[in-house]
Amino acid sequence: MDLSQNLEIATCTDPGMVRSHNEDSIAADPVNGLVVLADGMGGYNAGEVASGMATTVIVTEMRQILANTKPYDVDGASNEEIAGRLVRDQVLKANSSIYQAAQSQSQYAGMGTTLVVCLFYDNRMLVAHLGDSRLYMLRDGAFSQVTRDHSLLQEQIDSGIITPEQAKKAQHKNLVTKALGIDPTVEPEIHEYPTKSGDIYLLCSDGLCDMVEDEDIAMTLQTLGKGNLKLAAQHLVQMANDNGGRDNVSVILVRVLREYPGRRGVMGKVFGWLK
Amino acid sequence: MAKLILSMDGLVLKEIPLTKERTTIGRKPHNDIQIDNLAVSGEHAVIVTILNDSFLEDLGSTNGTVVNGNPIKKHFLQNNDVVELGKYKLKFIGEAAPTVAGEKADFEKTMVLRPAQIKAAAEQIKAAGGGAQAAVAQRQAAVQQAAASAAATGVADKDAAKPVPAAPAGKQTDTSPAVKPADATAPAPAAAPKPAPAAAPAAAPAGRPGQPLGAIQLLSGGNAGKELELTKPLTTLGKPGVQVAVLTRRPAGYFITHVEGANRPTVNGQQIGAAPHALKDHDVIELAGVKMEFFLKA
Repeated sequence: MDLSQNLEIATCTDPGMVRSHNEDSIAADPVNGLVVLADGMGGYNAGEVASGMATTVIVTEMRQILANTKPYDVDGASNEEIAGRLVRDQVLKANSSIYQAAQSQSQYAGMGTTLVVCLFYDNRMLVAHLGDSRLYMLRDGAFSQVTRDHSLLQEQIDSGIITPEQAKKAQHKNLVTKALGIDPTVEPEIHEYPTKSGDIYLLCSDGLCDMVEDEDIAMTLQTLGKGNLKLAAQHLVQMANDNGGRDNVSVILVRVLREYPGRRGVMGKVFGWLK
Repeated sequence: MAKLILSMDGLVLKEIPLTKERTTIGRKPHNDIQIDNLAVSGEHAVIVTILNDSFLEDLGSTNGTVVNGNPIKKHFLQNNDVVELGKYKLKFIGEAAPTVAGEKADFEKTMVLRPAQIKAAAEQIKAAGGGAQAAVAQRQAAVQQAAASAAATGVADKDAAKPVPAAPAGKQTDTSPAVKPADATAPAPAAAPKPAPAAAPAAAPAGRPGQPLGAIQLLSGGNAGKELELTKPLTTLGKPGVQVAVLTRRPAGYFITHVEGANRPTVNGQQIGAAPHALKDHDVIELAGVKMEFFLKA
């Protein structure tokens, strides 16, 4: 099923005002409803290598698999939808690619990347993430953060050691507790949410949310999201740069234009149970 | 680029970018920076700029050149140095030093922590907050000892060792309580939630104080004469589905950008491009058949 008529996708990435090169990497496959954003880390240009590998591996592998299967297909053995496993498998594949490259090439040693992957299917969205790149959602005028960072800061907020207000001023925003390509294996956090027509999803690297207040992001999505999604993406990057642009800034915006139910109707579901 | 800000009695007179390799300062008109004041010699001083470094040299002036209160002959200018020539002051604003910015950027770079490293990192961060890890650790240990012995002897010296709320940067709950040093002049414990310069508030509001407020006044249409202040970072104008533009308030000023519709808005009769268009005072915008004037409020 081609989702490019159901979802509008806009992307924008920029090195920011301080960094000389962009270690973020973004990729979108509108037909399969797949978007991937990665924020690489590691010396020299290893960060770019890691984030580039992550987006490329996940998008190409998923594209191949989705050519023959649907995310809402049910696996015969486990009676579960395959979407979650599909995404997880590709994330693990990307993890081992990056890990092996880092092990075999000394200049890539220690490289890794954060990751947010969203797969849209059957009026739902599956999000997998690692590290401090985020997914936000704007629905009916309400702006909320969907993912929770895998970062030292978030752990400290959760355990009540510091308040979210203090966290804004903390200086160790940059320490993530989970990332792709650092260890031989990794467990991405995966959740599934129903989507609604009119929703706007924002995937971003920490270069956006560290530099721009949530309310300004929300205002941009509200005022520009409906009329010109591409401009909204550019404006978000612009705001981060206007505020100093201390890190690479990347955003992917996905707007649900209309519903996109899976092929199975009610009857299909009944048959699915009977099988 | 480095620059000088010339001021007298706290009044800024002008800004001078250091574009040339040699910038001369003196009373005579052939100087790059002419200061017409009898306390200033004809050829008073020169600033030699090489790459990012600027050197100030006194050219044997009668009254001398003073930097930050000290008379100098030759001086390597640092950011915020104040050069005094008679009643005039020249403040040197250096280029954001690339090394410092680089270090800062490196510090902010995302890094991954393996669970085993988390504890160590948390401790490091705690120490980094104050800068003097060893000193603080030593002091903490010393005060702890003192506290322990005080407790042992049954003496509760509240002034010597006053526990403050648990270290905010420490992840583990077993961190020893931070201790307020008895002497007020000592730096605060590293664990105090004091934002270091590197962690200055990242997101500044779009409209900064000091930035002139813009507004538009409708010139035609049913609401002609109506005025709208552009206080928000984003203000959309026009008719949805027909023609919409957005006015953005940015540190560099106000910009108009086309959002939707077949035709782009015009500014002073010229259709704008796809990129944001900077607005000047008294620009006339035409959008969805309505003319309006943009102006800056004092």
